[in-house]
Amino acid sequence: MPKLTIDGREVEVAAGLTVLQACESIGIEIPRFCYHERLSIAGNCRMCLVTMAGSPKPVASCAMPAADNMVIQTNTPEVHKMRRSVMEFLLINHPLDCPICDQGGECDLQDQAMAYGFDRGRFIENKRAVKDKYLGPLIKTIMTRCIHCTRCIRFATEIAGVPELGATGRGEGTEIGTYIEKALTSELSGNLIDVCPVGALTSKPYAFCARPWELRKTETIDVMDAVGSNIRVDARGNEVLRVLPRLNEEINEEWISDKTRFACDGLRRQRLDQPYIRVDGKLKPATWPEALSAIAGRLKGVPGARIGAIAGDLADCESMLLVKELMTRLGSSNLDCRQDGAALPAEPRAAYLFNTTIAGIEAADACLLIGTNPRIEAPLINARLRKRFRNGEFAVGLIGQAADLTYPFEHLGEDPRLIEEIASGRHPFAATLKAAQRPMLVLGMAALTRADGSAILDAARRIAETTGMIRPGDGWNGFNVLHTAAARTGGLDLGFVPGEGGLDTAGMLAAAETGALDVVYLLGADELDTSRLERAFVIYQGHHGDAGAHAADVILPGAAYTEKDATYVNTEGRVQQAQLACHPPGEARADWKIVRVLADKLGHPLGLDTLADVRARLAAANPLFASLDCIEPAAWAPFGTAGGIDAAPLGAAVENFYLTNPICRASVTMAECVDVLGDRQGRKTGTHG
Amino acid sequence: MLRDQDRVFTNLYGFDSPYLEAARARGDWDNTKDLIGRGRETLTKEVRDAGLRGRGGAGFNTGMKWSFMPKEVSPGRPHYLVVNADEGEPGTCKDREIMRHEPHKLLEGCVLAGSAMGAQAAYIYVRGEFYREAEVLQRAIDEANGAGLLGQNACGAGARFDVYVHRGAGAYICGEETALIESLEGKKGQPRLKPPFPANVGLYGCPTTVNNVETISVVPAILRRGSGWFLGLGRPRNTGTKLFNVSGHVNQPCTVEEEMGIPLKELIERHAGGVRGGWNNLLAVIPGGSSVPLLPKAVCDSVHMDFDSLAAVKSGLGTAAVIVMDKSTDVVRAIARLSRFYKHESCGQCTPCREGTGWMWRVMERLADGRGSIEEIDVLEQVTRQVEGHTICALGDAAAWPIQGLIRHFRPEIERRIAEREASPNQRSAA
Repeated sequence: MPKLTIDGREVEVAAGLTVLQACESIGIEIPRFCYHERLSIAGNCRMCLVTMAGSPKPVASCAMPAADNMVIQTNTPEVHKMRRSVMEFLLINHPLDCPICDQGGECDLQDQAMAYGFDRGRFIENKRAVKDKYLGPLIKTIMTRCIHCTRCIRFATEIAGVPELGATGRGEGTEIGTYIEKALTSELSGNLIDVCPVGALTSKPYAFCARPWELRKTETIDVMDAVGSNIRVDARGNEVLRVLPRLNEEINEEWISDKTRFACDGLRRQRLDQPYIRVDGKLKPATWPEALSAIAGRLKGVPGARIGAIAGDLADCESMLLVKELMTRLGSSNLDCRQDGAALPAEPRAAYLFNTTIAGIEAADACLLIGTNPRIEAPLINARLRKRFRNGEFAVGLIGQAADLTYPFEHLGEDPRLIEEIASGRHPFAATLKAAQRPMLVLGMAALTRADGSAILDAARRIAETTGMIRPGDGWNGFNVLHTAAARTGGLDLGFVPGEGGLDTAGMLAAAETGALDVVYLLGADELDTSRLERAFVIYQGHHGDAGAHAADVILPGAAYTEKDATYVNTEGRVQQAQLACHPPGEARADWKIVRVLADKLGHPLGLDTLADVRARLAAANPLFASLDCIEPAAWAPFGTAGGIDAAPLGAAVENFYLTNPICRASVTMAECVDVLGDRQGRKTGTHG
Repeated sequence: MLRDQDRVFTNLYGFDSPYLEAARARGDWDNTKDLIGRGRETLTKEVRDAGLRGRGGAGFNTGMKWSFMPKEVSPGRPHYLVVNADEGEPGTCKDREIMRHEPHKLLEGCVLAGSAMGAQAAYIYVRGEFYREAEVLQRAIDEANGAGLLGQNACGAGARFDVYVHRGAGAYICGEETALIESLEGKKGQPRLKPPFPANVGLYGCPTTVNNVETISVVPAILRRGSGWFLGLGRPRNTGTKLFNVSGHVNQPCTVEEEMGIPLKELIERHAGGVRGGWNNLLAVIPGGSSVPLLPKAVCDSVHMDFDSLAAVKSGLGTAAVIVMDKSTDVVRAIARLSRFYKHESCGQCTPCREGTGWMWRVMERLADGRGSIEEIDVLEQVTRQVEGHTICALGDAAAWPIQGLIRHFRPEIERRIAEREASPNQRSAA
């Protein structure tokens, strides 16, 4: 614990801190550009210079380790002069085009120039101009504004794991770029916009859209994957203009994936803004009473067993609970929230959670990935795995399709029978896991959505049990299921699965095909083979005109995740609430209200009038919903069904990172990403080629 | 004047062969095994006591520098000696002469310095332009390997010691020790932040000492003849002999080994044939390579060529590359040219140097023509102060000092040009 003196105050700080961190710990703010607490230290901007007794030269506080008996001055005329002079140097070749710069109003350079800059320049030479670089469809560059802090280079190399950015040239001629012009191939590239302290890297889709002070900021959570990243939604009027990350060390730190950030333009397109009823094979606009009457009319006299409900990937817990209650009152036990057919039980909870937790990955020392590509299924979990890898001594094995995960791993093969081999200890990787102090495994949807998913689940459970992954004594649970759908964990927590004698998704699709199921209620379910629902009466409740809506007989327009106060549970089992950032378009309504009105119309009132009532009902259904933002460790119990595992190689759970749900499929930005990066990410879709 | 028997570099001019047989006849590799046998502590102490100061420019006590290396070699973290032969300082060509004509002195120095710091290998980073010199050096290494002086059981002292030559690619900044290490590792040559110092975290993250070619090459002589001999040469705290390069407006430009502290005037008059047109035709001298402030004639009359004497007149010994300028020199233009050099060679990593070198050069270019105002001289002076001492490495200082020296000693000349231009009827059309 070094003890040092900063501005005359004695401070004792934790070992390993830098002088800059020591200053921060007592509330002294040191200006900086290149220093970023999650990136390696570059020490090149020189803005953080302070004086240190005994040192003839000022020291870069961001890089100087705090040590005993240091005497640091941060607030002397000398230090102020140094800051002014560094600021002057940064500005001499900066274009000072703040009025047309998208960073304006949230720019570190602007802010610090206010605090430390001159009010006029002494530089009368011509300014440097730098050619802009192409970095893909997401990042706009105005390289003349660059101050060469190298944060972007360090982010790409260290956090994102794609060493594609670098500095070419030297001296004044230094330029940041990819050297050979290409789009960045990272799912985290949007974070470069946030780490850039100036307006050199800005959001391409958001270019010239708005000023930060015009925006209404809503702190909410993301549903593009099952990570539940904490985000801030910036809206103007009733339009979401951009999505930014919000700090949550437990989940996304301060990063978000490109889909989370850039798919928001999909919220403005293909929206269902009024009810529709299919008349003579064509969907016709209708009013709410007409749509509800049409459903009531069709449901009249239909026995519960001939009704089914499937919840989609973006469904919130409130509406799932209400649909489940409605279905119960209609006498149906045909419920499923696993539209991909994942062989996950609703009990025990440990069977479907990412038990280690995302932050817990950092404590692991060996990891087995089964049927998953975390880089595109959950880029932030992959970033954690990479972070763990960078800390050293991390053995990773993969059973499934090999891909560039941004960290090295041992590719054990694509044959799922390897799982059984590891479970029985015959495979050498079993020894690696056993030797580890804190081993973990991640079971992906590519393994669970197979016909033998339950047997794989069983084998994975046995791996966990036999290699010491389950140690409730010291709080370690290394068994993890990586969901791809934001709604999945919540659905399982609510028991949105077939009841006694009920049909699951596959059963419902088969029954609808044979005519054994008359009515199917799709709660935002789009990732289905809707052609199999042709004989059934399909009610689609959702927000986008996607696959489900095309197959619908009645469309009930719902709200997207930015347009409702709703509860989601992430893959770790963390209950979080999304907040309404703007109102649903047109006639669309919050989803729980739609179900409630429909229940009234069908003569089965649910007895709920306010959101608070619904939330109370949620907590009654599962006490977990009463405690937000925390993790309740799940008790271990047997699950899975012993059985033979098929030799068919494991596939991919996500075909294309940019096209996983109705919102991103409606997004032009995501389409551009597919266009540019499609070759790498998998197939291009639609009419390509 | 240095007596012949005190000379270290007896084949400086290449009258004799640089290779092993001739080198041995000159006394190189003579019982090196016994010297190694004295042990790490003794070797380091001898060099420290001799007062040998780094010949690359900074003038830090070499033995002291060696003593910063960890006392024990920890497993998996070998110690390295890196020899800085990236002699890029304008005006300097002393290391070149050593590599050309005395490569075995350097190699023997590597073995001795290496054993004084527990290193098992030395890397010699040779400036890219020194193609032939690298060839000579490589041939000398091959000879030494063949003679059992390097390699497994080097000099028969029982330990392995290898020497490798690595050629640079012509960047001045790679002569900075940490940039050199980066470059040696195959990365872009950009100086590292210190701390950690190379003695703790250097080449490939292992303890490393970087020494100049000349520093390493005089080590065998010090160890053979004893620190007392070395201390007896030169002036207090500035001991021993030194290679001086005299270039510019002298009658016989030369590289010469002399005692430290020789008067500048004597150096020029005795060894370089005097200033072109006589001593009174002298305008200024840059005494230590392009990085140090120049000295006007009045100072040159009496100054001694050593670290402390030159520091006392606000200049520095640097690499001891004396650049002589007679009265025909356009001194402002000369310094402007140096500013362009530093602007060109700035690595661009840290702000003051990246932005400041370009700014200083542009102002210097204008001032050389008198395009500017008197106030701009003060602005320029302030800019040099803003760069100096605020950068990661010393290139910022090196860019600032020549301009500071110019303003300190030749401000009237700059002001005269501005005034002349303002008075000139054509100034507008010429601008």
